[in-house]
Amino acid sequence: MATTAFQKVYTKISQITKATCSLKAKGVGYDELATINGKLAQVVKIAGDDVTLQVFEGTGGIPTNAEVVFLGKAPTLKVGDQLSGRFFNAYGAPIDGGPEIEGKEVEIGGPSVNPVRRKQPSELIATGIAGIDLNNTLVSGQKIPFFADPDQPFNEVMAMVALRAKVDKIILGGMGMTNDDYYFFRNTFSNAGALDRIICFMNTTEDPAVERLLIPDMALTAAEYFAVEKNEKVLVLLTDMTSYADSLAIVSNRMDQIPSKDSMPGSLYSDLAKIYEKAVQFPDEVGGGSITIIAVTTLSGGDITHAVPDNTGYITEGQLYLRRDSDVGKVIVDPFRSLSRLKQLVAGKKTRKDHSQVMNAAIRLYSDAANAKTKLENGFDLTDYDNRCLDFAKDYAEKLLAIDVNLDTEEMLDVTWTLFRKYFKIEEVNIKKEFTDIYWK
Amino acid sequence: MTKGTVSGVIANMVTLKVDGPVTQGEICYIETGGDRLMSEVIKVVGSDVYVQVFESTRGLKVGAVAEFTGHMLEVKLAPGMLSKNFDGLQNDLDKMEGVFLKRGQYTDPIDEDRLWEFTPIAKVGDEVQAADWLGGVEENSQPLKIMVPFQLEGKAKVKSIVAKGQYKVSDVVAVLTDAEGKDIEVNMIQHWPVKFAMTQYKQKPRPFKLLETGVRTIDTFNPIVEGGTGFIPGPFGTGKTVLQHAISKQAEADIVIIAACGERANEVVEIFTEFPELDDPHTGRKLMERTIIIANTSNMPVAAREASVYTAMTMAEYYRAMGLRVLLMADSTSRWAQALREMSNRMEELPGPDAFPMDLSALISNFYGRAGYVYLNNGEVGSITFIGTVSPAGGNLKEPVTENTKKVARCFYALEQDRADKKRYPAVNPIDSYSKYLEYPEFAEYIKERINDRWIPKVLDLKTRMQRGKEIAEQINILGDDGVPVDYHETFWKSEIIDFVILQQDAFDEVDAVTSLERQEEILDLVVEICNIDFKFDNFLDVVDYFKKMINVCKQMNYSEYKSEQYYDFKNQIQEMLAGHK
Repeated sequence: MATTAFQKVYTKISQITKATCSLKAKGVGYDELATINGKLAQVVKIAGDDVTLQVFEGTGGIPTNAEVVFLGKAPTLKVGDQLSGRFFNAYGAPIDGGPEIEGKEVEIGGPSVNPVRRKQPSELIATGIAGIDLNNTLVSGQKIPFFADPDQPFNEVMAMVALRAKVDKIILGGMGMTNDDYYFFRNTFSNAGALDRIICFMNTTEDPAVERLLIPDMALTAAEYFAVEKNEKVLVLLTDMTSYADSLAIVSNRMDQIPSKDSMPGSLYSDLAKIYEKAVQFPDEVGGGSITIIAVTTLSGGDITHAVPDNTGYITEGQLYLRRDSDVGKVIVDPFRSLSRLKQLVAGKKTRKDHSQVMNAAIRLYSDAANAKTKLENGFDLTDYDNRCLDFAKDYAEKLLAIDVNLDTEEMLDVTWTLFRKYFKIEEVNIKKEFTDIYWK
Repeated sequence: MTKGTVSGVIANMVTLKVDGPVTQGEICYIETGGDRLMSEVIKVVGSDVYVQVFESTRGLKVGAVAEFTGHMLEVKLAPGMLSKNFDGLQNDLDKMEGVFLKRGQYTDPIDEDRLWEFTPIAKVGDEVQAADWLGGVEENSQPLKIMVPFQLEGKAKVKSIVAKGQYKVSDVVAVLTDAEGKDIEVNMIQHWPVKFAMTQYKQKPRPFKLLETGVRTIDTFNPIVEGGTGFIPGPFGTGKTVLQHAISKQAEADIVIIAACGERANEVVEIFTEFPELDDPHTGRKLMERTIIIANTSNMPVAAREASVYTAMTMAEYYRAMGLRVLLMADSTSRWAQALREMSNRMEELPGPDAFPMDLSALISNFYGRAGYVYLNNGEVGSITFIGTVSPAGGNLKEPVTENTKKVARCFYALEQDRADKKRYPAVNPIDSYSKYLEYPEFAEYIKERINDRWIPKVLDLKTRMQRGKEIAEQINILGDDGVPVDYHETFWKSEIIDFVILQQDAFDEVDAVTSLERQEEILDLVVEICNIDFKFDNFLDVVDYFKKMINVCKQMNYSEYKSEQYYDFKNQIQEMLAGHK
């Protein structure tokens, strides 16, 4: 960022830590940006004329006589239609070789939506994946993460969901993403011919860790522009929020804050909530746009009691788990632990009326199959019902739960009915008569 | 008034240099870029005053001017608050402009222009004291009272009072003469600092009156009382919010105040959307008419989150002083505690357990202490029943907020992951949960009058059976179905009957969602009857078959309209099934 004339330049840094610099300066605003020998930094503490700056890319190479210039503004993003199809770094600067964006400059991390101006989410987001659409239906304006171990194919699933969802814009915020994954997203979106509705803010593992703190706010500021000003349906993908939280921990540690659970800052809940709560459905009076957030929280060995997934679970509206099903050799969306808290807002209302009943019956039978499997493993005899459950489970996992399925919701329901008829008697599925009358044919 | 200038900023903690006296807890407004940021004094060191700002401090500079107000954080209390949506600082959210919350935008919680039909209660010459009733107005068919200012010390005489008629909240409706002969003009508006309890009542006895919630696991198993306190801890996804909403929809209260403290905005939107459509099961009017929502969702400023629970409690106290039954729900008190932790951390206080402030325990107990059943000075009664949720980190109940709440709340409804996974809702653990009120002789006396004197012994018997059922389940797990005597299976399945028929309840089913006390009594009697039969089965498979069938019929009964033909059909079926075994 270029300095303009008559800006005061400070050249006497009094303290340097791994992530912060302190100096004496006057007239500085809280949260304001500064450059230190060209490196971007943000004001995190003011005590009299002692100002502490957090340096995003780290303080390595900063001399005590570095030139410090305050920019008089918080981090901003230039928003406009030109954002579409472009790739940016954490500061909102293009990394795809294209031209700078011209447009309105807005501060990132802006204010929250007044809760009385929100609308209750009620629009289905179809992904074609039955493990999601059938069992854990997504709704526009929802926020939901994948809870996944690092080796699971969450990025692939997320890219697929993004491309299939009928949304106007897809905004990808990559935090601590490997370069390989970055290229995976780029190629997938480009091969699908979807580049014109993609916007990407990227911080890879090669970039400084602290920079990624800017990524969610950048992505969501762009999302708000399209949702509010253009009344569009925007899908924001944030991967991986655990890397984001790790960076929060680094900064709070450098600021000598007392850590709470799992070395995370005490404000972790508020910090995450500020991001996830940007998910919103606007009422028709203000254009009816929406922001839906699908995120990834990587777990360590499936431990969901760790502070990051734990706090996330309290904030988001459900969570999705992936699991490799050894019976069919495919990755499935785990029907037991996954949950979409908003599914009852659309299931049976925007989808066919038998949706909820069919979903519950199938999961119940699938869980009977799990019990039968335990029995089998413990060397007990199986009943005829147990065997039928096991056969059903295999078919159900293969035809519906597997992530490579691509059906519309009606087809999913029809397939499930076919499986019910194939393996069970009508009284075993326990579905209301009004539906069996129609679909048990 | 005292003025100050900003000398330091760390996030929402700001230090000021002041030119005069300040009070701990005093409110000041800091000017920055055309916005006025409301702040509260939290620490004073010499001429350095530390304040927490209720808004974002972005762009705030050293040298910015702060103006002190001379009063602490207070709420404005008057008719016209029912069915409104406020933020944590009592700003009327509907009056705010724009889609986004604007920094420094404060709105009047009261409608100044609205006319109220005032009916005098006190007469000229009456001797009155603080919180005595001067007159009444009706709001959404709730009889509200206009009271003597809460701040009045000692006695005063009514000098004049207006005749019945239409008045605005700011119109003078009475003039009082205090002990020193000074005249006090009284209108319908009161102010009260939120951090102080309103204690203008005669006595606060132990509460004893059952508060019907229609939730069986509460009313039958672990009852809460009018003026009682309870808390609901549980990991995410165990149904805290569903249970809280069920209680607030169904409880037999005059006023319901919901403090959404640091929770999801969409949950508040659900209340906004659904409550105006739902009928109050007790009066048939719309639920929203008796409800006040304090919404400080998780993305709103953290300091205001702490204020929000106090704002809600103070409003509750205001209505209690009118002789109303108030139900206050706070979801979740953990977020409030986290707000305290963030502030304590910024002030560099020595941390207590899990980095929470050392005085967390005192703050929680003082807050729960403000609830209660009271006798007002005029002999009438009022109550605040308080139920808070706790969101324990990692679902582990051995954490400071849960532990400190357990010391003060008299009812404990532990939501359990395992029950939620098995879809046994409400996922309230029947063995760990408790209600201390079951042990109160006052409560036993009341139940004897209201129901009968066999109720409590029956409930206690079922609790023992649940415990025994759990022990046997563990033994069967180890020894196998054949490894235990057949009557063990019978005992276990009797505990399953209690679980499926009384404890589990479908909050989304129109009939099953609410169970009247009369119906709960019938269910309890039925279950006790089943439990007391010695079935004498020969084989454990018969036990399983029989009880599975029994549970199914009982559940169908629970789903049937009370006293409908269908209901009696199922009841008869149950009796037929039992007949062969008596």
